[in-house]
This record gives sequence, C-alpha cells and structure tokens, in this order.
Amino acid sequence: MLAPSLHPNEPVLRLDGVTLAYGDFTVLRDISLEVLRGQVVAMMGGSGSGKTTLLRAATGQLVAQSGTVEVFGQNLAKANRTKIESLRQRMGVLFQQGALFTDLNVFENVAFPLREHLHMSPAKLLERVLDKLNAVGLRAAAHLKISEISGGMARRVALARAIVLEPELVLYDEPFAGLDPISMGVTARLIRHLSDRLGCASVVITHDVAESFAIADQVYLVGQGVLKAHGSPATLGASTDPYVQQFLQGQADGPVAFDYPDTPDFQLWLKERRRHL
Amino acid sequence: MNPLSRFLIMLGAQTRTSLTGLGFFTRFFFMLLMRSDIVLRRPRLVSQQVHFIGNYSLLIIAVSGLFVGFVLGLQGYYTLNRYGSEEALGLLVALSLTRELGPVITALLFAGRAGTSLTAEIGLMKAGEQLAAMEIMAVDPVRRVLVPRFWGGVIAMPLLAAVFSMVGILGGWAVGVLLIGIDTGAFWSQMQAGVDVWKDVANGVLKSFVFGIAVTLIALYEGWQARPTPEGVARATTRTVVTGSLTVLGLDFLLTALMFSN
Repeated sequence: MLAPSLHPNEPVLRLDGVTLAYGDFTVLRDISLEVLRGQVVAMMGGSGSGKTTLLRAATGQLVAQSGTVEVFGQNLAKANRTKIESLRQRMGVLFQQGALFTDLNVFENVAFPLREHLHMSPAKLLERVLDKLNAVGLRAAAHLKISEISGGMARRVALARAIVLEPELVLYDEPFAGLDPISMGVTARLIRHLSDRLGCASVVITHDVAESFAIADQVYLVGQGVLKAHGSPATLGASTDPYVQQFLQGQADGPVAFDYPDTPDFQLWLKERRRHL
Repeated sequence: MNPLSRFLIMLGAQTRTSLTGLGFFTRFFFMLLMRSDIVLRRPRLVSQQVHFIGNYSLLIIAVSGLFVGFVLGLQGYYTLNRYGSEEALGLLVALSLTRELGPVITALLFAGRAGTSLTAEIGLMKAGEQLAAMEIMAVDPVRRVLVPRFWGGVIAMPLLAAVFSMVGILGGWAVGVLLIGIDTGAFWSQMQAGVDVWKDVANGVLKSFVFGIAVTLIALYEGWQARPTPEGVARATTRTVVTGSLTVLGLDFLLTALMFSN
C-alpha cells in the first residue's frame, strides 16, 4: 500500500529540472518527468544517452547536481541513509545484467529480499517465491544453480526477485536486451500485467521501439544530453520532429550522426600508423 | 624541470598515495568493526563462512603440516644427534610448530588459498553488479557480505593453525619414532614437560589470531577496491597474496620480538 503521505494522484517518481553528472562530465541536463501509479513509462534513447544514469538518480545512487528528484513524495537530496533505505524497500530494480547472486540458487536469489526484510514463516516464503517464479514461467527452475540457466532465464529470475517484495515502483534497466522474440513479448506483457495487477508504477529503460510502444502509457525520449520529446506512443509516432523520426525509424541519416566525428587526434594517429607501414 | 625537483615530486606523490591507501585501509577496518552487529544477530552467516573458508584450506594445510613435520623430524634429529640429545626431538618439533611454523605457514597458505578466493569472490560480485543490487534492495553489502567473511576468516585461522601444528607433530613423531627409532615415551614426555601452555601455545594462538585479522582484512579490502574488470580482479588477487604474505612475515617478526624476548 502507498504511504499515507502520498496522495493517490501524486506522482510516484518525479524529476524536476534535474542535471546529472559524473564529476565534470554532464550526462543529462534539465530533465523533468513524472510517473504515476499503475503507469508504464518507457525511457528511450540511444546507447550512452544517459538512460541508466537516470535510473541511478531515481534510486539515490547518484545525487542530482541541480533540480529535485522525488520518490514517493520524498526529496532524495534531503533524505538521510535510513530514509533512502526505507524508500528502496518500496522499489524494485531489474539490472541490465540481472546481477543475480552467483553463490545462491534460483530460489534463494528470489527469496533473498524476503529473508533480509521480512520475518516470514518458511511455508509462506516458499509459497510467495514460487508464486513469483510462476509469474515469470520459472517455477520448475527454482532448484537450479545460476550457472545452469541461460541469460534469458537469468533475466526473468532477476525480474522475479525485483518484484518479490511487491514494490510500488519498479525500474527496469534494458529488460529486453538479449532476449529472444518469445521471451521479449512475454516480458513486455508481464511488465504491463504487473503494473495493472499490483498498481505499481513501472519505468522501462530501453531502446527497443516496438515492444515498449506496445505497453507504455508515456514515452520519454532522451538524446544529446537533454529530453528530446515525450508523450503517448501515438503522439510520438505522429511527431514530425526529425530526431524522433530518426530514432523510431532507425535511420542512419538525420540529426544524430551514425559516424563518430573525425578529430585531429584521429588524423594524427592515422598519419603515425601509415608512416610505420 | 631539473632532476632533483622531479625526484622530490615523485617521492611526495608516492608518499601521499601510500598514506591515502593506509588511511582507506584503516577506515575499511573500522567500518567492518562498526557494522559487526550482524555477527550477534545472525551468527549463522558467520558459521557458514567459517565452514567455507576452513574447508577451502583444510586439506592443503593438513598436507603441508604433515610434510613440515616430516622435515622437522629429519633435520631436528640430524642436529640433536650431534649432541646426543635426540630424545628432545619431540620438544623441538612441538616448540617450532606452536611458536612459529604453525601460525606463519598456515597464514601464508591461507593467503594463497582462502585469501585469493575471498578477493576474487568480492571483486566478481562487484563486477557483476551484485553488491550494487544488494544496496538497491536496501541491504548493506558491507554488513551482509564482508563482515561475516571477515569474522569467518578470523575464527578459521587459529583453528587451521591448530590443525597444522597437530598434524606436524604427528609427522615429526612418524619420522622420529617410527622411522629413526627414537623412544616414543621420551618423545612425548619431553614435549609435555617442555611446552608451556601460556608462553608457547597461547602465544602461538594469539599470533594466528592477529594473522587471521591481517590476511582476511587484506583479502577483503583488495576485493572491495578492485576495478570491476577481469584484469582488475586478477591484479587484486595477486596483491592479496603479495601484501598478505609480506604482512604476515613482518607481523611475525614484531610479535616474536614482543612475546618471546625477556
């Protein structure tokens, strides 16, 4: 359930004029967005556009240089460690590589957050973990070691672990990367289904246009360090903005150059190489 | 820039790097101590680690202990025989093992076997985002992963040193009594009369306890600080063995000077 401090229509996650940087290197500038309960929001952009950085800001791993990041109505910049920990217990994160614990088997991986945070009876724990594994189609894989399952299965186990505490906000970092078409479709529908059933807010970080447009309520497109466009999949699809169109159609020509720009450094390096031929 | 100032700059930079490293290491140690409350709240986590870490090294330590015992038996007999006091072989073997060889060789083997495993495990957990994932799940990775391993190593070390000394004494007995033919009664009674439980045995245990803290701490620190890449983990593993072994030898000299000087 939502905490009493949070009004049902208040956004679960809100970014207002946020600038994110690693040291002197600014990744994203002036990002504003809102995610409401039960919504699936797709965060899209090319590789290296700062999508994962945005996720790190939402979990409080990275502090915004300016602007505010609010999770469940709490400003992360003003929250202390204990407060951030209690907020994190209400969110689930699916990591890009799954980040499963390799010393535990499938069942123990999914059970991990329950064992750490709740005092559940073994019978209840078994039931809850098998239920979540069932939701990702891996009930009968509970006994397997992490080294015995495929990359796609590992992602689904990680998904089960991310939702086992029934969080109010789930952040998915590239949930479709490296999945076969069947698992991709199933995962996309699963994300939608979880949002509808649990009423949780979902943020999907991806560059997969077809799957995310099929399930998202809102799409945010980041590129070149700023928020390029946002709206429902239909509005974005109809947009005439050349950047949006290039991204959606996957064209090599457009505002985003496919070729890495030529630099004097490269020319110098090439000249040196040629001299030694 | 003239060579002298370049040398001074280099020296200054080196000193600063070393001091910073030492500072981080000390902070890391205190961080582990401060978060050790989990040891009391969930002792199972620690006993699991004692079991794992102990099992990693048990075989290699028992086998090494046996051979060190054999060699001590042979070399000890060779020297003692010159003075006609070969009955003191039991005493020589027992004192060498409990005071020096047991704690030191165990710690060196421990650094190579369990220490490297710990470093690689933590480094790979870091590389695979497992530690970050834990943090996001509001579970403190220091408390949940590092602290149980630290105490596991600290507890396992004296136990392993005891196994080493015990097997070593049996090895010395096998060579001295079974092979060479020294009187078995003299072998054991000289040992019993000459080994002091506090001065010799307890000091040996204390030594291995200190080595346990040092080696486990270095192994965990290197894993924690490792660059999350295959190359970074490989380097960290090497550093664990080199730094761990040198630290053990250095500490041994200090402790011996403190404990056994008059």
